[in-house]
Amino acid sequence: MLTPGIPAIVRYLWLIPALPIVAAGVGALLKQSRRKFAAAIAIASMTFSLVLAVIAFACVLPQPERLFFNFQWMQFGSEWVKLGWVLDPLAAVMLVMVTFVGLLIFIYSVAYMHHDENFTRFFCFLSLFAGAMLGLLIANSLLLLFMCWEVVGLTSYLLIGFWYERPAAAAAAKKAFITTRIGDLGLLLGMVWLYGQSGTLLFYDHGAGCMEHGPLSLLTGKTLTGIALLIFCGAVGKSGQLPLHVWLPDAMEGPTPVSALIHAATMVAAGVYLVARVYPLMSLSTNALTVITWVGALTAIFAALVAVAQDDIKRILAYSTVSQLGYMMMGIGVGGVAVGVFHLIAHAFFKALLFLGAGSVIHGLMGEQDIREMGGIRKWMPVTFATYAVGTLALCGFPLFFSGFWSKDAILHAAYGWNVSRIPFYLGAVGALLTAFYMTRQVCYVFFGARRRGPVAEPVVPAETAASDPSEAAHESPSPMTVPLMLLAVFAVLLGFIATPAWPWLQAFLELRPARLDFGELAEDSLPALMVVSSLLVFAGLYLGWWMYGRRPIRHAGDPDALERLQPALFHALHKGFYIDQLYALTILRLAWWMANLANFVDRWIWSGIPLAVSALVQGVGFVDSSLDRWVVNKGFDEGCNGVAGGGRLLARLQNGLIQNYLRLLGAAVAALAFFLLLGHKG
Amino acid sequence: MTPLAGCLLVSSMLFAVGLAGALTRRNTILVLVGIELMLNAANLNFVAFWRFGHHAGVSTGVIFGLFSIAVAAAEAAVGLALILAVYRHTKTTDLSLLTGRAQ
Amino acid sequence: MRQMSAAFLILAIVTMIAACAAMTLRGLVHCALALAVAFAGIGTLYLSLGAQFLGLAQLLVYVGAIAVLIVFVILLTRGGDGDASPLIPTGLPITGIVVATTILALLAWAVFHSFAMHSLGPPATPATVRELGTVLMAEYVLPLEVIGLMLTAALIGAVVVAMKEKQDTQ
Repeated sequence: MLTPGIPAIVRYLWLIPALPIVAAGVGALLKQSRRKFAAAIAIASMTFSLVLAVIAFACVLPQPERLFFNFQWMQFGSEWVKLGWVLDPLAAVMLVMVTFVGLLIFIYSVAYMHHDENFTRFFCFLSLFAGAMLGLLIANSLLLLFMCWEVVGLTSYLLIGFWYERPAAAAAAKKAFITTRIGDLGLLLGMVWLYGQSGTLLFYDHGAGCMEHGPLSLLTGKTLTGIALLIFCGAVGKSGQLPLHVWLPDAMEGPTPVSALIHAATMVAAGVYLVARVYPLMSLSTNALTVITWVGALTAIFAALVAVAQDDIKRILAYSTVSQLGYMMMGIGVGGVAVGVFHLIAHAFFKALLFLGAGSVIHGLMGEQDIREMGGIRKWMPVTFATYAVGTLALCGFPLFFSGFWSKDAILHAAYGWNVSRIPFYLGAVGALLTAFYMTRQVCYVFFGARRRGPVAEPVVPAETAASDPSEAAHESPSPMTVPLMLLAVFAVLLGFIATPAWPWLQAFLELRPARLDFGELAEDSLPALMVVSSLLVFAGLYLGWWMYGRRPIRHAGDPDALERLQPALFHALHKGFYIDQLYALTILRLAWWMANLANFVDRWIWSGIPLAVSALVQGVGFVDSSLDRWVVNKGFDEGCNGVAGGGRLLARLQNGLIQNYLRLLGAAVAALAFFLLLGHKG
Repeated sequence: MTPLAGCLLVSSMLFAVGLAGALTRRNTILVLVGIELMLNAANLNFVAFWRFGHHAGVSTGVIFGLFSIAVAAAEAAVGLALILAVYRHTKTTDLSLLTGRAQ
Repeated sequence: MRQMSAAFLILAIVTMIAACAAMTLRGLVHCALALAVAFAGIGTLYLSLGAQFLGLAQLLVYVGAIAVLIVFVILLTRGGDGDASPLIPTGLPITGIVVATTILALLAWAVFHSFAMHSLGPPATPATVRELGTVLMAEYVLPLEVIGLMLTAALIGAVVVAMKEKQDTQ
């Protein structure tokens, strides 16, 4: 399978995920006290991977093309299961994004987790995650992708439940794993079905791969839609789309770097990446694309509504992530891979920025996470405030200068032009308004207003960090934390310019064609009107947020929210996430409990009953045997021995030492002998 | 009833008496006496058969009797010496007390 | 004599009575004396049967030596106390009488059912001293020598056994 002329970087592309995995392996063997070494190898491996990813990107950049390398892995009867890796523009940009953001978050974690005693284990898991995620990105086989997908899910579980002594964290980890598992089941079924229909799981294989024209043409109608939807199930679980979104907000129990890396920038994006990878298959089925778009749009609006009523700084961002993932799915559904992936990359940077900023605030406040307890932080943590503001504006899509504007606009533009229905466009538009609204609300609560907690605050039960000095007021975070923030802020701004309609470099890059700079494109279609409309929506949302929360910030932590005062019932429903968790608890969880109890009963009494019965029988036999042995054999033997002893004693009385007795016996014997002798000799 | 039969009967009776006494009396010396009687009875048998038996001219019976007397004498001497030695040790000649076991 | 004569009968009866007495009397010395009488009776029987040398040897050895020896030992072992056991013992000793009676019965039966009741052999040649001497030195020289050895051994043995022990352990 070796094509000569494949550049060395493609041959050695496997090093990119392998290095972090090796770092994880070494880290697993280290003692907990070797903190510096553990962090050093993790960061070093990530740096090397970043360098290699940049080299790979540079290889693909001048001439966008698809390079891949396949090899035979396992023999299945007469067939070989093949695996391989692919380097194409999509993989290249994702590699650079993941390694860069990952490296920044690793550096951030050194300071953030400094007081934690399980520092080494944290970096081991982080490296493992990074390696698996990178492997997922370069996979040229759906099977290899699935394997890395599962490892990513595993590390997500390990990292959400990092502080496993806390029951909430353990429960959240379990919930995340099980919910994504439901999605993974769909993915597995789709994968198997695809293999059965097309005979291969390799994406690209010189015309024989399952994303290439030949095998794809074998799939038709219902089969195609079925496979596409099943694979989409995996994305629904992993990316937190509507029915399976419940794990993402609870996943905030993990440390903030984990939330930033896994649940904002990379792992949740793996679902979107999966859809992008199998897009050649999805695009053939308009039904599948319709479903994807609707799910994305509904998720976007739903999560945005719920985010309005949350109190935990990270939960707001979590629901925001769910909402933005919905946007990404919607984007892929209506506009293609480039639209969704652009938003994915931009979102990775500014959402990671926002999470790291939130982590900085939490670190500075020694573990406080409730925004009602915060206030006026911008005075104490200026750098954090500035970068957080940049991230917020990027997320809201503030016009022209922030990446979120261009990426969200691309999605809305594509949704406007969707020929099936315009409703997703309207949902997306309202969602944009809500996004601006809840982010402004959050910023007002956290950074503006008076400090609701006294400067000399009692440290909250150290959930996130073991604080250094409780008597200090909230302080700015150390530089390993602020420098990544600043770097991410820069990219949150600059990245917007890689995919503007005037210069659609990213779209062209991903579609393997060159791009031209053409400002005329800006005036094309309904684009100017759309840009104006979305800008107006953003301004409206910002103004509304400021009007409700910024003008009259609440004085005390216990005061009700402004919205809550207006519409308590609606606020409560939004706060509880439309009661979906409770619904699941009543129905699905109860069913699962019932089945588990049934299985337990069967296992304990019926399956175990047989061994129990057998063992009881054996014990009974043993008891009978031992009784027999004790009472019959031993007694009998004892009696026999006693008899012999008695007989012996009896006979021993003959030997009494009296000579005359011996003589008498002798005489008697002789008499008897003589008698018999004479008897036989009669006559 | 020939004289032979008579002699044999006499010797049988002597033997029986000697045997009864040897097995019954408690004194060691009387046991020896019984033994001597038995020996004599046997001697009488020999002489009777020599005198009335079917082998003429052979004096085997008498010779045997002679030797028997000699042996009996030697045995009596040694036996009595033994009785004396035992008596010296245990101060008794009562056979029911002389068991050879620790008393 | 070819048939039972009165002398034989009287001698037999005397011997019998003496033997019974020797075995049943209480006093040990009485038993010894009765034994001597029995020996004498048997010796006389030998004489009457024509074994002169044997009869005289019997009288010399048995009556003269053995009976006397028995008397000596009785006296040396305080035989004056006598034997306190009953005449017809109870318990185990009665087996002795039973055994003797059985053997007597058997022997008597054997005698009565044998040729001895009817036939007699030819008259025996008298066993003169000369003849005995010749036979002893010719046919029975080996037993003679052995007897000599045995007597020597018995003599030494008896002396050694009956010797007073050295007074080293007291």
